Amino acid sequence: MLRKFKYQILLLIILIIILGVSLSSNYFLLILNVIGLNTLIVIGINLLVGYAGQISLGHAAFYGIGAYSSAILTTIYNVNPWLAIIFAAVITAIVAFLIGKPSLKLKGHYLVMATLGFNIIITIILVQWENFTGGPSGIPGIPYLDIGDFSFDSDKKIFFLIWFFVILALILAYNLVNSRVGRALKSLHSSEIAAESLGIDVSMYKVKIFVLSSILASVAGSLYAHYVTFISPKSFDIIFSIEIVIMSIFGGMSTIFGALIGSASLTILGELLTFVEDYSTIVLGLILVLTLMFLPEGIVGFFNRIKNKNSL
Amino acid sequence: MDNFFQFLIAGITTGSIYALIALGFSVVHNSTGIVNILQCEFITYGGMLTVTFYIFSKFPLPVAIILSIIAVSILSGLFEKFVIRNSKSKDIIILIFITIGASIFFKGIALALWGSDPFALPSFSGDRVIKIFGASIIPQNLWIIGITIFTFIILYLFFKKTLIGKAMRAVAINKKAASIVGIDINKMVFYSFVLSGFLGSLAGIIIAPITTTSYDIGFMIGLKGFAAAILGGYGSMGGSIIGGFLLGIFESVGAGLISSDYKDVIAFVILIIVLFVRPTGILGQKYVEKV
Repeated sequence: MLRKFKYQILLLIILIIILGVSLSSNYFLLILNVIGLNTLIVIGINLLVGYAGQISLGHAAFYGIGAYSSAILTTIYNVNPWLAIIFAAVITAIVAFLIGKPSLKLKGHYLVMATLGFNIIITIILVQWENFTGGPSGIPGIPYLDIGDFSFDSDKKIFFLIWFFVILALILAYNLVNSRVGRALKSLHSSEIAAESLGIDVSMYKVKIFVLSSILASVAGSLYAHYVTFISPKSFDIIFSIEIVIMSIFGGMSTIFGALIGSASLTILGELLTFVEDYSTIVLGLILVLTLMFLPEGIVGFFNRIKNKNSL
Repeated sequence: MDNFFQFLIAGITTGSIYALIALGFSVVHNSTGIVNILQCEFITYGGMLTVTFYIFSKFPLPVAIILSIIAVSILSGLFEKFVIRNSKSKDIIILIFITIGASIFFKGIALALWGSDPFALPSFSGDRVIKIFGASIIPQNLWIIGITIFTFIILYLFFKKTLIGKAMRAVAINKKAASIVGIDINKMVFYSFVLSGFLGSLAGIIIAPITTTSYDIGFMIGLKGFAAAILGGYGSMGGSIIGGFLLGIFESVGAGLISSDYKDVIAFVILIIVLFVRPTGILGQKYVEKV
């Protein structure tokens, strides 16, 4: 299992290097960068679903808090962009804790509803609090990330940085899933009572995993802000939260690599659908409904099932 | 004080809409345990179909309204019959996301059919302002409040007096027991979707003369109706009505007294507070399981 994962990661690294070195089209690099950012968020969602049995419809808001915190700290307070990413993650984690703590105490779909309401509130605040957030027109002039004299100021340069974070997140997720904590979390999904009786603080683990997933979204948001150097509320509304969950579902909610497959296929699909602008939501909705109706375990889960059947 | 009365009337008007939508959410929740986000699109389709029948097909307004309500109710029933019922997984969260997907799908269809321009329906009986206690009221306010109260009475009689109504209540209380005494559960679930389609489209139609209607109007109003259902006690009929009116009044008075910039925040702040502090809502009796 570990071996297989190591190969997969190695393969992914090689693929990233080949793509990064050979691709010269900024358009393709942009798409790959968006896939990378989405993957970061979806990894968080998958951890939440697979190991806490909960779904969030508020991760666009955490992505937004990350992006706006970075943008505001660097443009208004002249904070170093790297430090801003860390501050942004801390701010997001605190907010996520405040939302997660009370709603994860309850069984059922309370987290979905609380995060949905939360995302709408954040969007309205981003639009209305003009002095701070720039209102509907957003914040321009966000600085690039840099190391010494080297600045991540092109699609190609930031490509390596974003995918470095994706690899890190995948390894982190893998280790978490296979650690003692991870096994505890898995047991949670199958039976909370059993987990409790083994002395596992179920609700605390859920909160921790929720906060962790919000941090992943926040880092993705900060990277996004320092990449495109301009942000506006539109990118962080409830629709994006839904899209993120669609990616998660499509790839297979409780697998790590599903995050990559889900965000890659949906991002590319979204890009193809821009040709039929007005009809894109119809296709998106249809995919979500059909996937959930017939393949509730997603694409990766579906292939795993076929493989298991064949090997038996 | 005059102002307050004005806000109160406005609050009761939008509160009526929220109450109707909240009832739609509750009815489906009681039969299936899910949150039916497609409810939002019923509001849009109610208003937009009425516009289509009235403005484009030149039907008389009452005919256009009745046709729209029937169409949306059937659509809702078919959604249950062909989509929800055929889902491989019966996991609540999966079903909820199916309704979200369906909602996105139908919103896309609405955009393709009607474009993004808003449309206005005429008021049901003119726009002559009536003055009561210093507050200006347009007749449509009274129509909305009147139709809503009338609907409550009809629903009450339906659930208390008719066999189907009683069967639906039985299913809400205990599915297994209901099926043992010979109630066709699938049928009752189907009816609950039809009823929620009826309630959603009705709400979308009677508000259209005031707010105008467009392909995306249902999302925000629908989610506020959901917040109202949570506030009153999710799944409780009485709670939905109380929650609807209270939310309408909070929102209108809050926006009037504090700031209208943040008007849309109020409903969702209330939603989150209720979920955190008292997830059973005002009237909800059901025991909420704690981890």
